[in-house]
Amino acid sequence: MRKFLTLALTLTATAAAAPVTLTYWQYDYASKVDTMNKLIQKFEAQNPDIRIKQETFPYDAYNQKVASSVPAGQGPDVVNLYYGWLPQYVDSGYLQPLPAKDFPAKQIESTFVPMVQTSKIGGQYYALPTAVRTLAVFYNKDLFKQAGVLTPPRTWEDFIAAAQKVVKGAPPRFTTLGFGIQPDGQDYHVVREVLVRQFGGAPYSKDGRQVTYDSDAGVKAMTFYTDLYTKYKLGTPNFFPGNNSYRDAFIAGKVGMIIDGSFAIGTIQKGAKFNWGVVPLPVFKGNGVRSNFGSCWVNGITKNAKGDKLAAAVKFLKFLTSEDTQRTWLQSVGEIPASKKLANDPTLRRDPVYGPFVYALPFAHSTLFVDEAGQRKAWVDAINSVILQGDSPTNAVKKAAADEQKILNGYYK
Amino acid sequence: MATTSEARGDRAPARSSARPGSLRRHQILTAYTFLLLPLLFFLIVRFIPTLMALRLSLFDWNILKEQQPFLGLENYRALLQDEKFGQALKNTALYTLIGVPAQLVLGLGIALLLGRIRAFQGLYRALYFAPYVTPIVAAAWVWQWVFSPQFGPVNTFLMWLHIPPQAFLTSPSQALPTTAALVVWQNLGFQVVLFLAGLAAIPRVYYEVAEIDGASSPQAFWKITLPLLNPTIVFSVVTGTIAYLQLFTQVVNLNFTDQGGPLGSTMTVALYIYQLAFGRYQMGYASAITVVLFVIILLITLLQLRFLTRRYDV
Repeated sequence: MRKFLTLALTLTATAAAAPVTLTYWQYDYASKVDTMNKLIQKFEAQNPDIRIKQETFPYDAYNQKVASSVPAGQGPDVVNLYYGWLPQYVDSGYLQPLPAKDFPAKQIESTFVPMVQTSKIGGQYYALPTAVRTLAVFYNKDLFKQAGVLTPPRTWEDFIAAAQKVVKGAPPRFTTLGFGIQPDGQDYHVVREVLVRQFGGAPYSKDGRQVTYDSDAGVKAMTFYTDLYTKYKLGTPNFFPGNNSYRDAFIAGKVGMIIDGSFAIGTIQKGAKFNWGVVPLPVFKGNGVRSNFGSCWVNGITKNAKGDKLAAAVKFLKFLTSEDTQRTWLQSVGEIPASKKLANDPTLRRDPVYGPFVYALPFAHSTLFVDEAGQRKAWVDAINSVILQGDSPTNAVKKAAADEQKILNGYYK
Repeated sequence: MATTSEARGDRAPARSSARPGSLRRHQILTAYTFLLLPLLFFLIVRFIPTLMALRLSLFDWNILKEQQPFLGLENYRALLQDEKFGQALKNTALYTLIGVPAQLVLGLGIALLLGRIRAFQGLYRALYFAPYVTPIVAAAWVWQWVFSPQFGPVNTFLMWLHIPPQAFLTSPSQALPTTAALVVWQNLGFQVVLFLAGLAAIPRVYYEVAEIDGASSPQAFWKITLPLLNPTIVFSVVTGTIAYLQLFTQVVNLNFTDQGGPLGSTMTVALYIYQLAFGRYQMGYASAITVVLFVIILLITLLQLRFLTRRYDV
């Protein structure tokens, strides 16, 4: 009986056209993996001739894993990667440009938020996001109430005043922080892409090859940020031990405000046992210039996908970046949609939690990283030299600019 | 010792066999057959990769690039101008200079004390040994809380003594000693066990003779205990130095957010290699540093063996 069954199964299997199997890789983040599993089921139901195999790896090992597999002709056909890694991936020839007939550049630029243009390298698009992330201020409503702060901050001036009322203790021993300062959290993005622009500067030249924050605006940005620690004593980095110090401390109810990305919504929603809210990143009273840092994880097609596989990969990528998928992604992962249309959706913009992040999309800038780890280090060291060693912001900016320019020169040589 | 066992080994087959040469050859062959497997293992897992690292260090080997151009000694020249490498080297030397003597003196001191007490000896040994078998990551995690400037009991204690609270791991000047303290504390148990074994190996009769001759106990320590512990001390210094020169795990796990400490203050050579190779994919440059580290370790070890090893004929 069993033999007969096996035989029958084999026959039916061979009778149907052999399905194309695609391998999809992303890093291991529980809600993303679960959502993707559901999406894959849906896609396979729509495309019976395509099978998708999802494989995930721990974040720390992810990049190495891709880098060592793709050149050997193994690994994924469709791969999920941080937009900041794209230049290196394209440079190494791991990704193929998205076929222009399936993904015309014009159509991409009219359907997706402006941030997507970081995926355009040498005039061609190499990847597309499902969702994007921006920054906003998370604040602890209960701590605000206790401190007598009635409204969440709209300007940086309000931000400092509110934090000063909330903070308890003094360095190096605080009990409650006004602002969960953490240079290597999201803060270095705030200085680079938000504050520099709000002070009237630009962090990089248009082609991204030149550091331009070694300027008046850059010094003002560095001064403003480091003052939060040295002058206003609103908090201290690494308040809680561990990897996500500022976020963990916020969730524990010990911090008045943190600046974090939309990707933190899920974690905070799950962990925080108090009333909290989200407001957009502040502006300065005088000029009201808005800016934000936008980032995303994008999906690209590797050089492994050829022929039938390439056609299937195109279908899968279209599915992954469709509005339907974006809506599912928002609901189950919490990352905001990459489509202009959805980002303009009034209900989403009015949402008390997602709203401030969606609001920032039109003026969100993404840094064109060529060596994300190295470029981050340059900034974090510069900030630390001011707040831990009393260096002047002017020197620190100069040092960061020199360090980062060296990295850029190494890449664009 | 060595000479007598060799002599015995020579004589034994001569007595039992008519053709001593062939049996000896047979024994050697058997020995090498058994050694073949570990030898192969070492060859594949250790030596070949080492040689490959040497080769890699001559290339601009970035795993995210398709071309890996030959550079010659360019990576080594770049090293000479790399401030961060200089800092890592200095930090590593500091760790070694703090850690090795500290764990030697503390280990010996505790072993001597444990040798004296009679009650609960096993319990004390277990207590000192516990940190050594604790996973480093867990120990580092606890250490972070113990030395937390905000909530740590160490600062609470300092404040009780009216000493101002310290920044510890978040201060560029205190992060390295705090990290070194963790390593010393973790290794102490192993050192204690090592010295207890070394002390037990010294025949009691020497002390009895010394006592009859009227030697004081400090005299006995300096003239008998310390010289006869020389092999143990050499072992501890050499292996300890190598371990400190390769220090990595504790440093990585003590400062999660800012690996290598604030402003690179706890960065070691091994961690720098890791960050360059697996964080920034500069395999060639990282390999050049591994070669330099290898040479440094080799030289220091040879020097230590040359100058520390003493022969005492008591």
